[in-house]
Amino acid sequence: MNTTWSRFNITSVTLGFAFLYLPIVLLVIFSFNESKLVTVWGGFSTKWYVSLFQNKALIDAAWVTIRVGLISATVATVLGTMAALALTRYTRFRGRVLFSGMVFAPLVMPEVITGLSLLLLFVAIGLDRGFLTLTLAHISFTMCFVAVVVQSRLVTFDRSLEEAAMDLGATPVATFFQVTLPVILPAIVSGWMLAFTLSLDDLVTSSFTSGPGATTLPMKIYSQVRLGVTPEINAACTILIAIVATGVIIASIVNKRREVQRQRDEQAAQRG
Amino acid sequence: MKSLGSIRRDFAPWNDPNAKPYIRFEDVTKRFGDFTAVNNLSLTIYEREFFALLGASGCGKSTLLRMLAGFEQPTSGRILLDGENLAGIPPYRRPVNMMFQSYALFPHMTVEKNIAFGLKQEGMPKADIEKRVTEMLKLVKLEPFAKRKPHQLSGGQRQRVALARSVAKRPKVLLLDEPLGALDKKLREETQFELMDLQQELGLTFVVVTHDQEEAMTMADRIAIMDKGEVMQVATPAEVYEAPSSRFVANFVGNVNMFEGKVAERTDKTATITGSTGAQIVVENAGEAKAGADVAFAIRPEKIKVSSAKPEGSVNALEGEVYDIAYLGDMTVYHVRLTDGQIVRAQSMNAARVSDDPLTWNDRAWVSFRPDAGVVLMQ
Repeated sequence: MNTTWSRFNITSVTLGFAFLYLPIVLLVIFSFNESKLVTVWGGFSTKWYVSLFQNKALIDAAWVTIRVGLISATVATVLGTMAALALTRYTRFRGRVLFSGMVFAPLVMPEVITGLSLLLLFVAIGLDRGFLTLTLAHISFTMCFVAVVVQSRLVTFDRSLEEAAMDLGATPVATFFQVTLPVILPAIVSGWMLAFTLSLDDLVTSSFTSGPGATTLPMKIYSQVRLGVTPEINAACTILIAIVATGVIIASIVNKRREVQRQRDEQAAQRG
Repeated sequence: MKSLGSIRRDFAPWNDPNAKPYIRFEDVTKRFGDFTAVNNLSLTIYEREFFALLGASGCGKSTLLRMLAGFEQPTSGRILLDGENLAGIPPYRRPVNMMFQSYALFPHMTVEKNIAFGLKQEGMPKADIEKRVTEMLKLVKLEPFAKRKPHQLSGGQRQRVALARSVAKRPKVLLLDEPLGALDKKLREETQFELMDLQQELGLTFVVVTHDQEEAMTMADRIAIMDKGEVMQVATPAEVYEAPSSRFVANFVGNVNMFEGKVAERTDKTATITGSTGAQIVVENAGEAKAGADVAFAIRPEKIKVSSAKPEGSVNALEGEVYDIAYLGDMTVYHVRLTDGQIVRAQSMNAARVSDDPLTWNDRAWVSFRPDAGVVLMQ
């Protein structure tokens, strides 16, 4: 294998990473800016982080975002898992093709349309817009992502595990909770995390479906940016990035460790 | 009179008219859409029997097993276990357990949790479960591996966990779906004997599905040979081999030479069969074959003698030339082309290190056999 880096390789890697990370790096750097002017460096300071935690409106928005995220991700995971089970297991029910198409349509549906149609629905049934409508909207657009993730796991699931459980005397319900669920749990957890992340940073659908007192962090940031970017916003975004990055890094380390452990176990088993 | 018996000579409930069958398939048919997997099949299996369902893939043997386990419902017909009709009883309420081809071990549970699973579903007290699990681990010699998970075990160890898990509940019947299919040859042979010992020790009824005839012959008291959803013959391994009921069975189990012809002459004891080219064979035990009937004479290769000179006093001797020889160490296989063009396979054990009648390619040779060495097949 050729291990030396050609000039072409170096250039493409540099460009690629610059394209991906330059804006973020700039944002992080300027969150520590002393100056109030976003694009002029005035020395190092953490004062914007202090003022961020005194900004009640931003903190409230963050709290709303987290609550909506937790509730909608959890409900969407339950619904999405049920949909995935129905789609992989009961392959003969009437209208299966239509149903699966409809479950996955929101994946490609323009968000503006999703948001607008939800808004029309809430208005039509007379539901006051606020925390409830926001959460319902998030559930509806994140559940299809959960369904996709869980379904891809279920397709490779060995059905004889369930047959073995039933053969050993477990009722279908006991089989589901003692065998099926534990085996597909990793997929369900990653479905939940995906739903939570999507809910955290959603702006378009949220704008259509939220009401007074239910402003999410992305909405708040967006509305403030229209009045001019303050370093406070940079600080808020840096914290968000830090949280997400930590989550991703921990998840990948855990995964990697598990993989290494599994390989070691298998080698040990081979040796007998 | 010499007889064809089973290895366990004292165990033959199928010959006892008073014995009560334990498992009964009565006119069972199973269709999947247009495909008929099992066709109007009737079969009886006796208590403590080691019963094998043998057939090529797609012959319906696995479907039969899955109907017994309750994963499939017969389209028509009945299945009775110990006198009880199994129709409508779900798998989790049937007193049978199954060992799966893929083993189907629960990947998120340790070996002992896997074995305890069925006992826990029963609501057995915890102390009793522990006792039974220890007993099972000892039975399959896996005590040091109790805390391991399935992916930390070798193939042979996984197979034994699956076995321990399926016998832990002491089922009335143990179903085994290709139990040794995933093991390598040496391990498979060892495990065959282990399974037989286990069956004796626990006194259970075993029903095993396999496509490997050697496996079925080694382990089973009786074998059902299946083809296209029907049972072709149910008999002991020796009967299946020495007295097959049809051309299909004779061909399916082991190697066989088949002479097609007509019964030319029939006496009480013997029948003379004339082949299409005029060669004549005299056979004993021709059964029901009447003069003029179209029959096949089937004879196993090891019952045919090959010699360079015409054997004296032999009733059946056919002339030909050596077409192929395969020396396998313990035996030599000859392919002899007869004067009418048919190729006969003969096998002789190399009992001595040097042969007194060495044959080589294209030598003139005679194949001969005793009148009772083969069987006459009408079907």
